[in-house]
Amino acid sequence: MVENEGIRRYVAHAILWIGIAIVAFPVYLAFVASTQDNAVIANGQMSLWPGGHFIETYYKTLFVGSSGTTREPVGMMLLNSLIMALSIALGKIFISILSAYAIVFFRFPFRMTVFWIIFITLMLPVEVRIYPTYKIAADLNLLDSYSGLALPLIASATATLLFRQFFMTVPDELLEASRIDGAGPFRFFKDTLLPLSRTNMAALFVILFIYGWNQYLWPLLITTRDDMQTIQVGIRKMIVTSDALTEWPVVMATSILAMLPPVLVVIVMQKLFVRGLVETEK
Amino acid sequence: MANVVLRNVRKTYPGGVEAIKGVDFEVGDGQFCVLVGPSGCGKSTLLRMVAGLETITSGEIDIGGRVVNQIEPADRDIAMVFQNYALYPHMSVYNNMAYGLRNRGMAKPEIDKRVREAAQILEIGPMLDRKPKQLSGGQRQRVAMGRAIVRQPKVFLFDEPLSNLDAKLRIAMRVEIRKLQRRLSTTAIYVTHDQLEAMTLADILVVMNGGVVEQIGNPLDIYQKPATTFVASFIGAPPMNLTPFRPGETGIAVSGNAGGILGVRPEDLTLTSGTAPDGGVRYDLTVEAIERVGAETFVYGARNGTADAAAVSSRPGELPPGEIIVRLPGQAAPAIGERIVAVAPRDKLHLFAADGRSRIEL
Repeated sequence: MVENEGIRRYVAHAILWIGIAIVAFPVYLAFVASTQDNAVIANGQMSLWPGGHFIETYYKTLFVGSSGTTREPVGMMLLNSLIMALSIALGKIFISILSAYAIVFFRFPFRMTVFWIIFITLMLPVEVRIYPTYKIAADLNLLDSYSGLALPLIASATATLLFRQFFMTVPDELLEASRIDGAGPFRFFKDTLLPLSRTNMAALFVILFIYGWNQYLWPLLITTRDDMQTIQVGIRKMIVTSDALTEWPVVMATSILAMLPPVLVVIVMQKLFVRGLVETEK
Repeated sequence: MANVVLRNVRKTYPGGVEAIKGVDFEVGDGQFCVLVGPSGCGKSTLLRMVAGLETITSGEIDIGGRVVNQIEPADRDIAMVFQNYALYPHMSVYNNMAYGLRNRGMAKPEIDKRVREAAQILEIGPMLDRKPKQLSGGQRQRVAMGRAIVRQPKVFLFDEPLSNLDAKLRIAMRVEIRKLQRRLSTTAIYVTHDQLEAMTLADILVVMNGGVVEQIGNPLDIYQKPATTFVASFIGAPPMNLTPFRPGETGIAVSGNAGGILGVRPEDLTLTSGTAPDGGVRYDLTVEAIERVGAETFVYGARNGTADAAAVSSRPGELPPGEIIVRLPGQAAPAIGERIVAVAPRDKLHLFAADGRSRIEL
């Protein structure tokens, strides 16, 4: 039995390591490529060890930009992406928590109808309503603006649904105790519901930030100016398909940089997420 | 300091379900009123109507000489202790107690003084910085009480506050709630389904069933003279024995009465080998079960040779028809299957009309 346990543990660990290698190797390769000289990569002689062009490439990527079609430095793209992803994540959380609050805690005519209308929008992601949404954004002069990048993606049935489910688990007595304690609807929301939703908001923020960060189609349509470009669109534009030589180190550095913010968000929020889970009890 | 008056209070839910069918009673200043009844009898609804958490369909609720029908819970000058305590899970014990005072815009030093005073009374001083989930059930109960007393309200409302505690703690807290209420001499309305809690706490006991008040009064008066068979079987444990009664069957003479229901409390029955005392009642029983609880023993017996026992309908919480419980002091008891005779004197008998809705004085 004991030997069996040992073997099993080794097998389990081996499988885990293989999994990690499969996921991590391409990322490592991208990093290695970003530190090599472009000519070496173009010749197909790239080594598996990092080269000596780390500082040079990353400086160029962040502050100068590639010499190809997109001349915007990636620093700007990172900022654009960050603003868009943050606006989407925070905007979605703000709108959804308010609508969920209204749906769960207030009795008004057609409450369920409203809920179902919100629910139905789940079936209408941006890709489906892309033409009308573009038309509206264009008519409202939102092209090439941060509001244009974020606003059409903010309405979210998923987040509303999530908050609704959570709010429904909040015991009625808590609301009643608040009423007796003289807390009106706004105070109850601010003093009781928001602190209790912290965990949910943290979890949602992680998911929504990554959702916003990874947007490609919408930013591609809504932005035409290079300085409004997001990093996802920027990477694509750096890869030259015509005669010119793609600057692979810059492309790879951009990819690595594009991966960092979501990773950071996960690492930072995970702490809050776990702490919230441990502390909160209904 | 206030009295609470309910005048013909009714509650009809949308859809036509009538939860409260006209309730009248008054709780005097500083009195402890207990609403007791089986689940679904409307006692909690009534309490929530006093609190302002449920609307009043018709009738009036008056707290301290002011009709509060249209007044928000926060402005009724009441404090409520909930069954699950409803403490704010993200706030410390201190903030749980201070929250209501802050919302009223009370000055910080005054809030601090009141919270510390309440914490001292309830012996939760060392726990003020903890979160509710770090407390035991009994401690949470104390915090919930603390949240009520810092407000110094006119009326305390308790909604089955002890039902989540274990038996031992429940008894301790019961005594403490009573002492606290006496000390603060604040009017209190307390809802429970536990008749023992009701008997021990109440100045005035209100027995409810099916949305109506069955009987109001001093607990011992209700015990001694239950007004209906429902009250008779609900107050007192084990419940009163109820058997069909025909004039002439025993030595009891009732003028001009065709029949009714006879009630005898288990503690009023004694075992005998002789005959019934003059004018009393006699049951010939076969012992079916025995419960020994130490200081007393309960004997469950089936009546011999009575097929008509089912004439007294069995309601929830009542005995199966035809079964008689005898409470014996000590541990001595007959054997199972033994035939015994239980008797009770005439002055221990209760007689009710055949529908069980009224009491006939013997």
